[in-house]
Amino acid sequence: MTRYTSATPADRAQMLAAIGVDSVEELFEQVPEPLRLGRALELAPGLGEAEVFERLAALADRNADAEEQVCFLGAGMYDHYVPAIVEAITQRSEFLTPYTPYQPEISQGGLQVMFEFQTAMSELTGLPVSNAGLYEGPSSLASAAYLAIAATGRRRFVVSRGVHPHSRETLATYAEGFAASLVEVGLTDGLTDADALAQAIDGETAAVLLQSPNFLGAVEDIEALGATAKRHGALLIVAVDPITLGVLKSPGECGADIAIGEGQPLGNRLDFGGPSFGFFCASEEQIRRMPGRIAGETEDVDGRRGFVLALQTREQHIRRERATNNICTAQALNALAAMVHLAWLGRRGFRELGELLVQRTAYARQRLAAVEGVELLHEAPVAREFALCLDAPVTAVLERCAERGIAAGYPLAREYPEYPDGLLVAITERRSREQIDDLAEALGAALAAERLGEGVGAR
Amino acid sequence: MTEPLGEAPMQRERAITIYERSKEGRRAAVLPAAEVPERPLEELIPAHLLRSEPPRLPEVSEPEIVRHYNRLSRRNFDLDSGFYPLGSCTMKHNPRLNERVAALPGHARLHPAQDPRRAQGALELMWLLQESLAEICGLPHVSLQPSAGSHGELAGLLLTRAYHADRGERRTKVLAPDTSHGTNPASVTMAGYEAVKVATDERGGVQMEDLRAKIDGEVACLMLTNPNTLGLFDQNIAEIAGLIHAAGGTLYYDGANLNAVMGHSRPGDMGFDIVHVNLHKSFSQPHGGGGPGAGPIAVSARIEPFLPRPQVIRRPEPGWGQGGGLENRRGQSGGGAYFDLDFERPKSIGRLRGFQGNFGVFVRAYAYILSLGGDGLAEASETAVLNANYLKARLAEGRAGKRLPVAFARHCMHEFVLSGAPMKRELGLATLDLAKRLLDFGFHPPTVYFPLLVEEALMIEPTETETKESLDAFAEALELILAEAERNPEIARSAPHSTPVRRLDEVRAARNPVLRQPL
Repeated sequence: MTRYTSATPADRAQMLAAIGVDSVEELFEQVPEPLRLGRALELAPGLGEAEVFERLAALADRNADAEEQVCFLGAGMYDHYVPAIVEAITQRSEFLTPYTPYQPEISQGGLQVMFEFQTAMSELTGLPVSNAGLYEGPSSLASAAYLAIAATGRRRFVVSRGVHPHSRETLATYAEGFAASLVEVGLTDGLTDADALAQAIDGETAAVLLQSPNFLGAVEDIEALGATAKRHGALLIVAVDPITLGVLKSPGECGADIAIGEGQPLGNRLDFGGPSFGFFCASEEQIRRMPGRIAGETEDVDGRRGFVLALQTREQHIRRERATNNICTAQALNALAAMVHLAWLGRRGFRELGELLVQRTAYARQRLAAVEGVELLHEAPVAREFALCLDAPVTAVLERCAERGIAAGYPLAREYPEYPDGLLVAITERRSREQIDDLAEALGAALAAERLGEGVGAR
Repeated sequence: MTEPLGEAPMQRERAITIYERSKEGRRAAVLPAAEVPERPLEELIPAHLLRSEPPRLPEVSEPEIVRHYNRLSRRNFDLDSGFYPLGSCTMKHNPRLNERVAALPGHARLHPAQDPRRAQGALELMWLLQESLAEICGLPHVSLQPSAGSHGELAGLLLTRAYHADRGERRTKVLAPDTSHGTNPASVTMAGYEAVKVATDERGGVQMEDLRAKIDGEVACLMLTNPNTLGLFDQNIAEIAGLIHAAGGTLYYDGANLNAVMGHSRPGDMGFDIVHVNLHKSFSQPHGGGGPGAGPIAVSARIEPFLPRPQVIRRPEPGWGQGGGLENRRGQSGGGAYFDLDFERPKSIGRLRGFQGNFGVFVRAYAYILSLGGDGLAEASETAVLNANYLKARLAEGRAGKRLPVAFARHCMHEFVLSGAPMKRELGLATLDLAKRLLDFGFHPPTVYFPLLVEEALMIEPTETETKESLDAFAEALELILAEAERNPEIARSAPHSTPVRRLDEVRAARNPVLRQPL
């Protein structure tokens, strides 16, 4: 008996007798003998709860989390404050432990949350339809591209280099299966090159994929960029950071056919990258091609209002190889966290948070650009993140800042070799003016030390 | 004896959404002051890029939010409240310890782009989980990246595509049994292959003649679940593996049913090349009402070069490791080693998602593996198989035995399938009616109408964490429902009666979709 099972020796004896066998081994005789492991797994013996806790706590202690280091890292996931009620609600057994709501009569809580979430995401993105969530941001972009193939019958995608590198890489991975080709359009002064984009789009283009704010933090003019896509009958797919949508014009207003994004900024922890959720909103035309779970309102036999999983004929468990997508995970618990966070912020709070981020970001950008050895990588408008160029090796500067307890930002060089000295800095409501000033000072000191050729840790 | 619930414990009032509770002027959040000199928004972002009207989110106070979602939660049935024998879903207990360790700030507030030198604990945990899954699956290499089982399937098929392309081959078809999970053929299409069905034999296994007839040089892969969705171990698996390998294809293991064989038999030893593991099934991650989960893949050496990027690796680089004294399965110490993300994988299929995967799920799964250990995992599978066979034996008695015969009369593994066909014929009660009536008795129904080849199917997976008493109670409830139906089938046909809502009009929801609240 382990602590999660409860068959006593007496239970086992009774159960075996009822089955009509002498031992459990007999039940495993259906596994051909050569395929039976015949030895114990080479894993350590089980541990008690306290010991497991200590092991995991020891591992956790070896990570510099956002409590230990002031975190200016972003690049798609952000150190926002998650209100206490999110944890209180998502840790309730009734939300934490059910399966997908296949039996709607006993799943009304979860289904209604999906419906409320869909409403919120539809409001944020300015598009009429939302699903109940997908895995995370980058794979949601790939799913949007897959929809575009079904909608247009074309297999060519035009992608801005401002789209998150993880999203572009994921799209490229999926595109091998879709037999689709990708054309990348570069950035000029931080923004998608509008002329190059217009030239790249043609009658074979299934979709144009943009992101705003883009990976360098710049707010793109989606409406202007999207016009050529419309002219050629290509779908306009836009990746957005949901936390900016209290302030920035919604993708729907900009003419997007599909808006997707990484949901982590809404009520989800950093968790070293997951689990979070992706959202997927679209125009009415695309409803029956949408991926993922969608809750819909209906009535029961007594005329009582209720919710069900709607449009299931799109899905794999019914349509099999003709399904619109293979996904059957809605990240329901993460979407619930987002819904609670959004309700907590509310209509006014959501707007205020967006404005706060813009103001603090503007301050931080100006403050850091004034540091000797720091320049702006671009001067395009930004909302919550911005890119800098440093006049010293970025990794060395980051190491110096880390020693002062600051994670100063995300180095761009790996994914953008054209910006070898590039640094991406993200702001949340948790980053106070004082912390921003500290960052400016730390950056200044680090750059000065690099100039003087001081060794790290030489202070 | 289980009695139907006289009183509904779940909230039965009319559904009110959070938007309908909204009242202008109410709020919960108080945000920090800007602290910085503020400038008009239009000076910072051009007016034509700004939003005129904020999204119409609800305006509610914190007490209202808490009450609203607590009341909603009481309109859900959940695993912590009752038996949940949903076949192929492995609804086993979700230890709360795992929630606690996942919430430690060192895990929960760790940024995914943190410098690997300052995320050694997280990378080591991922590496330890990889090593553990490799041992459990009997395959040497693991990628934790896929976000779910279906994501693992897509990964496996893209790996197969890359493997063949590397050999200068281009294949077009993927085989899967007619009993397979719907995600299998859906993934096949997304990976750009044609899905071809293989028939099932009279013992519930792959029909060998049909398989032989369908294997040719165009077949890239055969996807199998073993034990299969009937809960039966396919005894021809070695021969099947030989056939598909001889034809140059890969063999893919859908790990949805891994809970049957942990520590007893390993997919790698059966001949599989690629395996996905549902951490939300066999490794106790809570299902969350439909996610999150994770679907790591384990692969053979010939598939390894193509694994997604980045890969968590251990470099023997003394000096960086801080010597946590943690031991992996081979008894080596993690101390002195350095854990890193390897992006230099020239043959990789690339990324499947952002960052490194669902790390929070990895923490829970690893805590579960540490808790049970090798012997405990084997015991878990053993008890899962014992429980399933016991419940199957119980249901072979009495009315259930007559009206709900088991689809394949042999010992099962961790789950089994009954057919409601005689019940429907003799009592006029469909499987759906039985499922709905079970709700009134406080049980979650089994998976229904799957697999497709069993008429009026009920697929039952009790898992190892249920007591004999709960299995007995479930058997008794089925007996009562069948006895009741002999007297008056209308009660079940119009069930459920005690739930927050009764049967819902799904046709209406499909014909006239209302997918958001009008505001």
